[in-house]
Amino acid sequence: MARIGVFICHCGTNIASVVDVEKVAKAAMQMPDVVFATDYKYMCSEPGQAMIKEAIIEQKLDRIVIASCSPRMHELTFRKMLKGTTINPYMLEIANIREQCAWVHTDREKATAKAIGLVQMAVAKVAKNKPLSAGTIPITKKALVIGGGIAGIQAALDIADCGYDVTIVEKEPSIGGHMVMLDKTFPTMDCSACISTPKMVEANAHPNITLKTSCEVEKVSGYVGNFEVTIKEKAKYVNHDLCTGCGLCQTKCPTKVTSEFDQGMSKRSAIYIPFAQAVPSKPVIDANACLKLKDGKCGICEKVCPIGAINYQDEERFTTEQFGAIIVAIGYELVNWEEMYPEYGGGKYEDVITGLQFERLVNASGPTEGHILRPSNGKEPKDVVIIKCVGSRDPKKGKSYCSRACCMASAKHAHQILDKIPNSRVYVFYMDVRTPGKGYEEFYDNTRKDGAQYIRGRVSKIYKEGSKLIVKGEDSLLAKPVTVEADLVILATAMEPASGAYELAGKLGIAVDGDNWITEAHPKLRPVETQTNGIYLCGTCQGPKDIPDTVAQASAAAVKVAALFSHDEMETSPMVSSVDPDKCSGCGFCVDLCPYKAISLVEYAGRDNGRKVTKTVAKVNEGLCQGCGCCNAICRTGCIDLKGFTNEQILKEVDALCL
Amino acid sequence: MDKILNREEGRLLAERIAKEAGVNVRECYQCGKCSAGCPMADSFDLMPRQVIHCLQLGDMEEIFKSKSIWLCASCHTCSERCPHEIDVATLMEKCRIEAQAKGYCGQEDVKLFNDIFTETIRYFGKSQEVILEGAYNVASGHLVQDMENVPKMLKKGILRPEMNTVRDKDAIKKIMEKTEEGGAVK
Amino acid sequence: MMKYSYFPGCSMDSTAVTYKKSFEYVADKIGLELFEIPDWNCCGSTAAHTKNEKMALALPARNIALSEEANPGLDIVTPCAACYSRLAYSTYAARNSEETRKEIEDIIEMNFKAEPEILNFLDLFSDPEVKEKCREKMVRSLKGLKVACYYGCLMSRPRKITGEENPENPMKMDAIIEMTGAETIEWDFKTECCGASHQVDAPKEARPLIEKIFRNAAANGADAIVTACPLCNMNLDMREEEINKLYSKKYNIPVFQFTELLAVAMGAGAEQSGIHKHFFPAFDRINEVIRANWEEEKKKAKEEAKKNPLADGPIVVGKAGK
Repeated sequence: MARIGVFICHCGTNIASVVDVEKVAKAAMQMPDVVFATDYKYMCSEPGQAMIKEAIIEQKLDRIVIASCSPRMHELTFRKMLKGTTINPYMLEIANIREQCAWVHTDREKATAKAIGLVQMAVAKVAKNKPLSAGTIPITKKALVIGGGIAGIQAALDIADCGYDVTIVEKEPSIGGHMVMLDKTFPTMDCSACISTPKMVEANAHPNITLKTSCEVEKVSGYVGNFEVTIKEKAKYVNHDLCTGCGLCQTKCPTKVTSEFDQGMSKRSAIYIPFAQAVPSKPVIDANACLKLKDGKCGICEKVCPIGAINYQDEERFTTEQFGAIIVAIGYELVNWEEMYPEYGGGKYEDVITGLQFERLVNASGPTEGHILRPSNGKEPKDVVIIKCVGSRDPKKGKSYCSRACCMASAKHAHQILDKIPNSRVYVFYMDVRTPGKGYEEFYDNTRKDGAQYIRGRVSKIYKEGSKLIVKGEDSLLAKPVTVEADLVILATAMEPASGAYELAGKLGIAVDGDNWITEAHPKLRPVETQTNGIYLCGTCQGPKDIPDTVAQASAAAVKVAALFSHDEMETSPMVSSVDPDKCSGCGFCVDLCPYKAISLVEYAGRDNGRKVTKTVAKVNEGLCQGCGCCNAICRTGCIDLKGFTNEQILKEVDALCL
Repeated sequence: MDKILNREEGRLLAERIAKEAGVNVRECYQCGKCSAGCPMADSFDLMPRQVIHCLQLGDMEEIFKSKSIWLCASCHTCSERCPHEIDVATLMEKCRIEAQAKGYCGQEDVKLFNDIFTETIRYFGKSQEVILEGAYNVASGHLVQDMENVPKMLKKGILRPEMNTVRDKDAIKKIMEKTEEGGAVK
Repeated sequence: MMKYSYFPGCSMDSTAVTYKKSFEYVADKIGLELFEIPDWNCCGSTAAHTKNEKMALALPARNIALSEEANPGLDIVTPCAACYSRLAYSTYAARNSEETRKEIEDIIEMNFKAEPEILNFLDLFSDPEVKEKCREKMVRSLKGLKVACYYGCLMSRPRKITGEENPENPMKMDAIIEMTGAETIEWDFKTECCGASHQVDAPKEARPLIEKIFRNAAANGADAIVTACPLCNMNLDMREEEINKLYSKKYNIPVFQFTELLAVAMGAGAEQSGIHKHFFPAFDRINEVIRANWEEEKKKAKEEAKKNPLADGPIVVGKAGK
């Protein structure tokens, strides 16, 4: 006879305000094998845990049911608690009466009845629980960082400094991401390139870091400690082992196309190093632009290359490597405002630019060598309008969220214009000014003191008359429609997840939210972990943020990886599948279905009606099995059981509720 | 005197109007894009944004006595550009109808023109531009308005003095009578 | 199938006489079959929806019901933006609420199924078959005429009524006008409001709207503005001189209905297209364009004849109008 204890948690008023917890405890006392039941304000608290432990001793309990929040929250807490008792940590069942009951119902009577039902099921199940013990697997102490922006670089450096190997995979020809495109960083106005390029160089030189540029993650399998990742290396058409980065090829290349790095505001050659401080500082050929690759003509770069590094026959390559942990740091992109806002000209006016274009315009290595000039006529603008929340906080046309960094970026742009162009006037159209950061409000204060005129209202239309851009807004503090005749308009466009974020999340088996931002495991307590063990995130792929927050998150993710790598092996969950070889027909359905490749067919010497026979049966590799239960569901003979979720246990649960 | 915000009657009316327009005015965060794009806003005494704000507060008095609800040209630019898809134009229209029913009129000439227009429909079934303009000028006291254009119109045959009316006049009268009984469309 | 139920609207018989004439000319040329709704009434226009919502739905609904009765299975076309909007609103309301549909039926005491699609003239002339027919009938080019297509409000907005995908920059009229050889310009006031009836009942407040439209058209190099609505057209054409006086401007931009330009390109004379009846002189401008194109054709023909005396000459454009 089992001796079951049932503990009903109030969760403050979270559960108790909707569910009659005392009544549930009383009802539990009537359930089979239950010898003790009680309720308490917070079961997860120290006194709550002490009370459970005491009851285990006094009532000689051999298994328990805790009716509380989702097992995602505290199942581990209670298992850890049981480690110090006479009960095996797996002789525990959680009845979720918070998320699945109290939080979603209002009718007290019905909710209480449902809570009793949920407890009944857990009691029936726990009666059939068996003690389980965890195994261990070795850890591959090498990390993969996807994305070589400031987030990826920082995370990689921190992990590498702990003595572990790191590989950075970057889809562009150079690492650096968006930060290296920026001119200055708020609020301290350090030169962005001056503080980010040393980190790029350090990453390149670090003995523990391998850079893989022009590469993308193709396929991911395995699990925490033992991921197997296939990396696609795009064709570069330049042998980087030979190339010295002399740059002669790009000066001789006759084809010029729009520069991605300069945000379309300058030209680059078809064979190119994306920008002066690129890492690696070696060129690649843009196959869409190169005359030789398109029509077989030209071939100048091959002729001028003194070392013979050009290889027009280059093809994409795939390599597969083992990693113990993965950090996702794929960053953001700016929304396509031109499609969203035809009322702002939809891109037909050259003098309506994005904040990122302005960064290039004001940067000494940019297309105008740092002079702020109107793209339409190369003249210096006098009246500049900055429009905030273009694509942000706009559920109809853009994104409903706030992009967080634009208020400060816009203040910075206003400051830079007023600083660089004497007698210039800057008008900032805003809805709210959000500056929660160290030194941020002070920066905004100074920008206003510099003379930036803030106007509270969203712009409705931009059109052109003569050489001026007419910007129509409302000054909502005056309650009057207002017009500014501007020379340059800078749009603080919203951030959105990098293209391909959704697909990558699919490959990694991690979650994204409705906007395709990658979801953290818990918004407060597990901000750099994903729902999948061993996969972490940092930077803007999780949501819009500025550089300080990005870097802080990157170091946090690195610590998580270092903590994992500090062990030689790790405990595996004992809740894995097992096959009863005598019942198995060897059909192999489970082998194909298993997402973790944990099942294989093996020879088995068994008995059939007393006769010795040898047959083929399925066998589970417990190290690989993640306990998903797919095999369990497909098994036609019912010979596969998931430990902790056996067929018998599930059926008992159903019986408890239905019979 | 200060405006007292926590009054019940205006709030209920505002809620009814918003519900009839199929709009949740609580979504409005007062960005002002509606007012910024409004072609008539230069002449408004209450910005479209403020009309929504008054609806949020339940301050219907402020809306009813305004010129703005009469000067709105129903061009729907505000509704088209609203980040929260609030149908500002329809709200303006609902407020105007409600104001009229309560005897408010912030812009006499506009009301007069519309009254004469509906009367010509009642009697002729079709709009009669000569009668409409003439009657409006007389009634509004703007006797010479647009008169400089009339000879040109007549000479070129653009404006003809003869009547064009609906044959089944009873049908039109009935529609007018039945709809004037009041009540919004469900 | 180029058969439609036709709702002309009140202005077609008075202020929009040039719209009517030119449309009839074009319709005849391309063989459009139109069945006018018998004993139609005013759509209620701005006045009705300003005063009374039920009236605003019922007045147009009577016309749709009459059309369903007399012209079953045919979609309804109407030349006026306001008529279009009101008819489309009634249809939308009835299609989206069975209760509303029944309520309207009770008011008008007729069956009202809200089945026909409501089309404005831009929709009509965007139909591929109609367009093809138009193209076939073009006999002279308006090349060299820079045209600002003015759509106004109600053919673009609200989106749920018009189905217009880009209410900020619609292109239907541009595509129609380009068939005449005229060049359509990019400008920013395509769908800004003309003030509608406020030009009568609130002239002081509404006149600036017209001025801004002319200003933007002029700033973008327009020779002419083209409309597809009786009221938009009147507000711009009739008041251009007044605007020039009022704001000390010298706008010289004739305002056409788009059907007038189609008619001209199909060979219509002044009487048939109505372009000599404008308030603001338009006739000479069109004449200049036609003549210049004609002379160029002649010159080309001569050169061609010199090069190859045996080849057939080009179509002599001047003859085509007869």
